[in-house]
Amino acid sequence: MISQFFVLSQRGDNIVFRDYRGEVQKGSTETFFRKVKFWKEDGQEEAQAPPVFNVDGVNYFHVKVAGLLFVATTRVNVSPSLVLELLQRIARVIKDYLGVLSEDSLRKNFVLVYELLDEVIDFGYVQTTSTEVLKSYIFNEPIAVDAARLPPLGPAAIFMQGSKRMPGTAVTKSVIANEPAGRKREEIFVDIIEKISVTFSSSGYILTSEIDGTIQMKSYLSGNPEIRVALNEELNIGRGGRSLYDYRSSAGSGAVVLDDCNFHESVRLDSFDMDRTLTLVPPDGEFPVMNYRMTQEFRPPFRVTALIEEAGNLKAEVIIKVRAEFSSSITANTIVVQMPLPKYTTRATFELEPGAVGQTADLREVSKKLEWSLKKIVGGSENTLRAKLSFSQESHGNITKESGPVSMTFTIPMYNASGLQVKYLQIAKKSSNYNPYRWVRYVTQANSYVARM
Amino acid sequence: MAPPGQAQRSSSPSQPSGKGEVSDLKAQLRQLAGSRAPGVDDSKRDLFKKVISYMTVGIDVSSVFGEMVMCSATSDIVLKKMCYLYVGNYAKGNPDLALLTINFLQRDCKDEDPMIRGLALRSLCSLRVANLVEYLVGPLGSGLRDSNSYVRTVAVIGILKLYHISAVTCIDADFPAMLKRLMLNDPDTQVIANCLAALQEIWTLEASNSEEASREREALLSKPLIYYFLNRIKEFSEWAQSLVLELVAKYVPSDNNEIFDIMNLLEDRLHHANGAVVLATIKVFLQLTLSMNDVHQQVYERIKAPLLTLVSSGSPEQSYAVLSHLHLLVMRAPILFSSDYKHFYCQYNEPFYVKKLKLEMLTAVANESNTYEIVTELCEYAANVDIPMARESIRAVGKIALQQYDVNAIVDRLLQFLEMEKDYVTAETLVLVKDLLRKYPQWSQDCIAVVGNISSKNVQEPKAKAALIWMLGEYSQDMHDAPYILESLIENWEDEHSSEVRLHLLTAVMKCFFKRPPETQKALGDALAAGLADFHQDVHDRALFYYRLLQYNVTVAERVVNPPKQAVSVFADTQSSEIKDRIFDEFNSLSVVYQKPSYMFTDKEHRGPFEFSDELGNLSIGADAADTVVPVHQVDANDKDLLLSTSETEKEDGRALSSNGSAYSAPLYDAPASVPASQIQSDLVNLTSGLSGHVPAASLAIDDLLGLGLSVTPAPAPSPPSLSLNPKAVLDPGTFQQKWRQLPISLTQEFSVSPQGIAALITPQALLRHMQGHSIQCIASGGQSPNFKFFFFAQKAEESSNFLVECIVNTSSAKAQVKIKADDQSMSQTFSTLFQSALSKFGVQ
Repeated sequence: MISQFFVLSQRGDNIVFRDYRGEVQKGSTETFFRKVKFWKEDGQEEAQAPPVFNVDGVNYFHVKVAGLLFVATTRVNVSPSLVLELLQRIARVIKDYLGVLSEDSLRKNFVLVYELLDEVIDFGYVQTTSTEVLKSYIFNEPIAVDAARLPPLGPAAIFMQGSKRMPGTAVTKSVIANEPAGRKREEIFVDIIEKISVTFSSSGYILTSEIDGTIQMKSYLSGNPEIRVALNEELNIGRGGRSLYDYRSSAGSGAVVLDDCNFHESVRLDSFDMDRTLTLVPPDGEFPVMNYRMTQEFRPPFRVTALIEEAGNLKAEVIIKVRAEFSSSITANTIVVQMPLPKYTTRATFELEPGAVGQTADLREVSKKLEWSLKKIVGGSENTLRAKLSFSQESHGNITKESGPVSMTFTIPMYNASGLQVKYLQIAKKSSNYNPYRWVRYVTQANSYVARM
Repeated sequence: MAPPGQAQRSSSPSQPSGKGEVSDLKAQLRQLAGSRAPGVDDSKRDLFKKVISYMTVGIDVSSVFGEMVMCSATSDIVLKKMCYLYVGNYAKGNPDLALLTINFLQRDCKDEDPMIRGLALRSLCSLRVANLVEYLVGPLGSGLRDSNSYVRTVAVIGILKLYHISAVTCIDADFPAMLKRLMLNDPDTQVIANCLAALQEIWTLEASNSEEASREREALLSKPLIYYFLNRIKEFSEWAQSLVLELVAKYVPSDNNEIFDIMNLLEDRLHHANGAVVLATIKVFLQLTLSMNDVHQQVYERIKAPLLTLVSSGSPEQSYAVLSHLHLLVMRAPILFSSDYKHFYCQYNEPFYVKKLKLEMLTAVANESNTYEIVTELCEYAANVDIPMARESIRAVGKIALQQYDVNAIVDRLLQFLEMEKDYVTAETLVLVKDLLRKYPQWSQDCIAVVGNISSKNVQEPKAKAALIWMLGEYSQDMHDAPYILESLIENWEDEHSSEVRLHLLTAVMKCFFKRPPETQKALGDALAAGLADFHQDVHDRALFYYRLLQYNVTVAERVVNPPKQAVSVFADTQSSEIKDRIFDEFNSLSVVYQKPSYMFTDKEHRGPFEFSDELGNLSIGADAADTVVPVHQVDANDKDLLLSTSETEKEDGRALSSNGSAYSAPLYDAPASVPASQIQSDLVNLTSGLSGHVPAASLAIDDLLGLGLSVTPAPAPSPPSLSLNPKAVLDPGTFQQKWRQLPISLTQEFSVSPQGIAALITPQALLRHMQGHSIQCIASGGQSPNFKFFFFAQKAEESSNFLVECIVNTSSAKAQVKIKADDQSMSQTFSTLFQSALSKFGVQ
């Protein structure tokens, strides 16, 4: 059970504070903030505070969402998963109601947030975190904040990036907001979001790869109709008795093999074993229908090669090549390639390819990292960056050991690496002229995309 | 209830701190209070919002209490809610004013709208004012009977609130019994869940002073009730499911069929997206199958995939919580996870706290087949620009090296680290090489060659410097420059700030002196002089001790400083298995994240529903909780440094002398008790000349030193040496397993067990407790009649020399087959006798 819940800004200001049981002394927000800000472990100051810690018998839990700290305290030996999950869920519920989760929107709507908090937790016990159920208890109306300048929350927010924005403003619409025209737009969003992790060895060979995917849904359909989501028919779950890293047997068969997956409460799996369809009545608000994990071999979207070579006295040259190995009809955006350089690097001059548009390269002075940003990369293309480095001292010998590995972040809309697909989305509603908007969107992001040197 | 301290530091213009604003508000509220003009609710809303926002940032707005209550006469629900929030926050501090609110809250409790009834009831119970409890009983009673489930859920929690304000009132009104009835009959699952939560809390607190309450609390674990909850588990919300599963984990089924039924019923909970539900389910599975070894292992296999999916699907914070539990399981059964090691590879964007856990898991699962790949991966991290990560990775490589037999390749890698010439890498590596040499002295040639190339000037961290100095002393015969490096370090004695380093320097130069006297003589003199003048007490004392020792008898001095060392087989960094079991019992709680049992970080009253009762938990642990605390602190201290620091070894040397000193012959060397420091130099010259003759004699005597204080004259007949065991011996299962594989069987015997013993063996626990009384600890047990299998271990009282026993008791033949393995083979016969006598007493007393 939880004693207190509060939300702090990055500066440590109280935005919302609720004491449920009065067991934890006052001043806990300050104790917490000081501890997180100046976290030390084994005398190492760079360490980051873990999400759970104990100070004078009080357990502090926190998650960071949209630059805010969501915190719970308790004196009881509770389940850490439960509390952290709850904090994350509270953030999501608040986002569902406010449309946008940010310091500004919380400050403007704190009365509404208190209303929510009173119903979500009573005397430290969780009552409900369902956006749907909470609707009947909420009477305040959200005060909208300008979404455009705010960093949006949640995985679906990536659809807001770049120039090719999806139609509709669903991601920043409150579940209880009144439409200007008085009628609600009937629409449903299904997003297949995949985060991929790949580690390439120095010779370009794939050491590990994993896809962590989510099918995220947000429904604005009136009357809560039942929905059927059909996935690939050739979809296998679990790898039987075989080792998880035994690639040979599954490659090339065309089937999608997931290591494991889990489902939202509302999902019924009656016919899943037969025809790979999920049946559900989507609750209001944004929620993950299914999470899945795959270590089956897949083709990485980018090949990265990097080379650093000494070029005379106190000088070296770096060449980084990024080749996009996906169809030319697809464009990746917001690509950033980073490479730590030797600590004694003093200067770097960059040479981009002639005709390169929307690219910048920079040497981060403090961290000694090379940072190469590309607005977009079209499928099939190859981009190269050359850099000339100057050093303040001789290298200790093996210069490649002093630099790297190269890491990369990117977003590729309308691309998915696993091959998992939503074949169709059936909405069970009788009327013949009922034809709501159905948005099925795919996006792939880099999680940990690393090439060793 | 915002902390008042914040009021002063609010700096943003939107957060006024003056009293002016509050009195302004007061006036405005008063104006509106009586008004019935149209639109007045909107103005009230604005004012209320201001009040609440002041309250949030910590400004004391209690002075407008009266006005707020006056304004609350409204039908606007938004206003009401804000008013309730305000009242709830300030009522406790203003009991007199709180009385003002009773009236309108009681009226609202009878409102037509169930929403208003619920809200009013919740606020009424949240006032936390003791002398108002009389007003609560009536509304709570009708709340429990309300036709609307929302009101009932509020009322149930309201009763818990009442209990915390005034337990007597709550009990006298017979509310717990009403909750119990409601729990068994209500159609709404949230009402049921709240009843369960409230009853657990009330009965746990009452149990200490009421027999009946403790009976009721145990009745929550009765079969009908558990099945009542289990059968409708899917109707509960995910949070309530966690609560129910937590209860089920404490249930003890009557037979195996029941266990399988429960597990089949809960199987699909493992696919829940909420990590709390999955972990609670896993806890049920693990607890239910504890006594069924095979099934227990199958459970591990079964839960791997769901856990890994949770780790990768949530936020880093959620992954951390799940990963901590995975970590616990990996530590418990490393073998079961050894093929999954790639899942524990670190991703560059993970937070440090996640990476650290993963490194520990990689260390744990490393075995003959995967070590090469794991160490290769770790070496990549060691080269990382992220310094804390690099350090941790090097430590991980070292730990793997210490637990493997074939450390050849790993030693090569460690030596490559030294060639990287990064200060922090060198520092960490030196510490590890030292530990490696203590365990595997046979690697000294390779290590020494590389270590010798390190310039002591590049080593600054005290721990690393101490390690380097230790190696210089220990291997001075192989390291060409040793005396000269030590000499230059002693020249800079004044600049050496760490007393640890100075202590090591003294010892190292002593060791070096015995191996290479002429070259070290000057350095030793300087070191002793500097040590005697040192302001640090320990350094001074050690210098004086060495000095006197050299005066007293050089041979003895050498035996003390340079005894032949037994390789360290297990470093004293392991947590006791009792502690680990305790943490395992508290699965899905903070104990797992902190890696400590709850009694170490929580007050008794706050241990929560997880520690349902000491009696039900573990009898042996409950009984000597006070004893268990002590070893834990020791463990903590040792955890900071993986190893016993060498200074401790020196301390042991010291002890060895004091206990055995009397066995040696009278002093050969007569000298005045105190000598001016300047004289030391010349004394040493004399010493050296006599030394060479003493050495062979010294080495002869050393053999005896090992023989547990036997007399110098070789014993004619090997009368069995006495053996006393450490009553609080500690060995973790991992080390046990490893040792069991590693050591040869030194004895196999068959004993007979007394008929009384067989009769007492209805529960294996009886034997465990019995053997514990003889300082023989059980690490694992299992089996079914007629064959029971036990693994025991024991340790010598004074040193960390272990005996491992596999004991198979056949109840029908009344025989016990015993296999004994021992670190010190020579003692196994003695131990066997001891074991047999302990076993023969079983059931007899």
